[in-house]
Amino acid sequence: MTTTTRTAATPPRTSLPRADARPFGLARHSLSLAGRSLIKTVRTPEQLLDVTLQPVVFVVIFVYLLGGAISGSQHAYLEFLLPAIMVQTVLFASIATGVSLNTDVEKGVFDRFRSLPIARSAPLVGSVVGDLVRFVVSIVVLFAFGYAIGFRIGTDPLSTVAACLLTIAFAFAVSWIGVLLGVLMRSPGAVQGTAFLVLFPLTFGTNMMVPTDTLPGWLQWWVGVNPVADVMAAARGLIIGGPVAGPVTRSLLWTVAIIAVFAPLAVRAYRRRA
Amino acid sequence: MVAAMSYAFEAEGLVKRFGATTALAGIDLAARPGTVLGVLGPNGAGKTTAVRILATLLRPDSGRATVGGHDVVRDAGTVRRLIGLTGQYASVDEDLTGTQNLVLIGRLLDLSRRDARARAAELLAWFDLTDAAGRPAKTYSGGMRRRLDLVASLVGRPEVIYLDEPTTGLDPAKREEMWGVVRSLVDDGSTVLLTTQYLDEADALADEISVIDHGRVIAHGTPGELKRIAGSQTIVVRPTDPDRIGEVADILRAGTGAEPELPRPGLLTVPVESDAAFTTVVRRLDDAGIGVVELALRLPSLDEVFFTLTGHGAAEPTEVPA
Repeated sequence: MTTTTRTAATPPRTSLPRADARPFGLARHSLSLAGRSLIKTVRTPEQLLDVTLQPVVFVVIFVYLLGGAISGSQHAYLEFLLPAIMVQTVLFASIATGVSLNTDVEKGVFDRFRSLPIARSAPLVGSVVGDLVRFVVSIVVLFAFGYAIGFRIGTDPLSTVAACLLTIAFAFAVSWIGVLLGVLMRSPGAVQGTAFLVLFPLTFGTNMMVPTDTLPGWLQWWVGVNPVADVMAAARGLIIGGPVAGPVTRSLLWTVAIIAVFAPLAVRAYRRRA
Repeated sequence: MVAAMSYAFEAEGLVKRFGATTALAGIDLAARPGTVLGVLGPNGAGKTTAVRILATLLRPDSGRATVGGHDVVRDAGTVRRLIGLTGQYASVDEDLTGTQNLVLIGRLLDLSRRDARARAAELLAWFDLTDAAGRPAKTYSGGMRRRLDLVASLVGRPEVIYLDEPTTGLDPAKREEMWGVVRSLVDDGSTVLLTTQYLDEADALADEISVIDHGRVIAHGTPGELKRIAGSQTIVVRPTDPDRIGEVADILRAGTGAEPELPRPGLLTVPVESDAAFTTVVRRLDDAGIGVVELALRLPSLDEVFFTLTGHGAAEPTEVPA
């Protein structure tokens, strides 16, 4: 006799709804897991310190320390710099995805998720989407501070929003590189270190601070092939004016390409991780 | 509906290697529905690897395993609907509160928001965590944390529950508490796979025990059967009237042919080879009109069993063969 007689403490066993009984499982599960990231961020707002203070610190250093020397006018330099700083800040913020993912793997939280009847990719997608709030906060802080010290957009609000969305889309793509590192590496510290090692040449190896024609030839070549330089050019074009079509197209292509390569790799590595 | 199915879960010939290390060297495990299978072995014996395969977290190199008749590799999605996993690894999120952790799992199991909340509240109340429900898990004590880890695996009302060393590191009072929880899960109709390094734990909870060492099952049976393998049993007598201890000693000597010992005042023990001697002793005590407060045929401890089976104690860690 193995029927399930429940004690008074628990209600009778009810079968769970089948996964196929409710559509869009991956989307719903990913959103639930993104909600978890959001709860964690709200609970420990100090996690947002890096994305709130860092852009302010970078702007202050570059504009007031170097701006006069580089551009002759701090105001003109601020216009030149701010869109690029936005791209840099959001990319740095995307590192946290890989770091927190690695922490989950280390602490066993991911094994809990892996033993549940959800898509293997849902926890990864959830982590990536959950960091949207970090991106938005960093962009809002940066623009608020920029406006306080005299920055003004040179185009229109719609184009500026488009620049922000393009940057966020690109950062989502880069998050998958962080996710791959997060799944493969042994400690959160190692993930952070490696991710910065990747991001420093990508973000600083651009015309973020100085015009490309002041750079030595090999560095000009690097800026030419560096996808982050394209995203920065696109952001500048959309926010302060200038050529848009080329950089935006290349940015979107890079975004799609990075996701197409790294998302499957990350999911595969995650499946294999014992 | 599944009348033909005799096992809640079953593993046959599981082999798993990690590089040059063989974690499982062909292991068989099975439990009938509504029972507890104790998997007993020292550190490194392969307990956790076996559980991870049964929980679909690892694929076996060879052999097969089924839960409710569903293959853990080919039909992993179905298996995940049937199981709950609690171990040192399958953990909760420390930054989330007890309620938030359980609601998240409920949502991932496709419960509606309201049902997930109700289920979380019900489980937290059942495990005496209601007062801590709104606190982040990292503020919980060790025992509370274990309970929350366990509760997290029960959200989906699993038919099969894996408990991987659920009491390791808990103090004795908290262990007893966890034992009570395991018993109530079984009363509830769940099938439990319990791994442990503690022989008394397997003895207290398991219907059947598989003793494993170096990735192999080296013995299987009920706790009583395993204890019998280890040989000699002991008759224990404590007479109601301590003054009649001499008479009792005479009866024991005559009934068993061995010399009784007096380990504590008022308590006599004597080793015996067969159950028959016990019957004789009981009858003669009754004939003599000697009342007893304690009269038992005591089996050897599982520690002794393990020593007999492996040639080393369960406490000392085994070297994993390279």
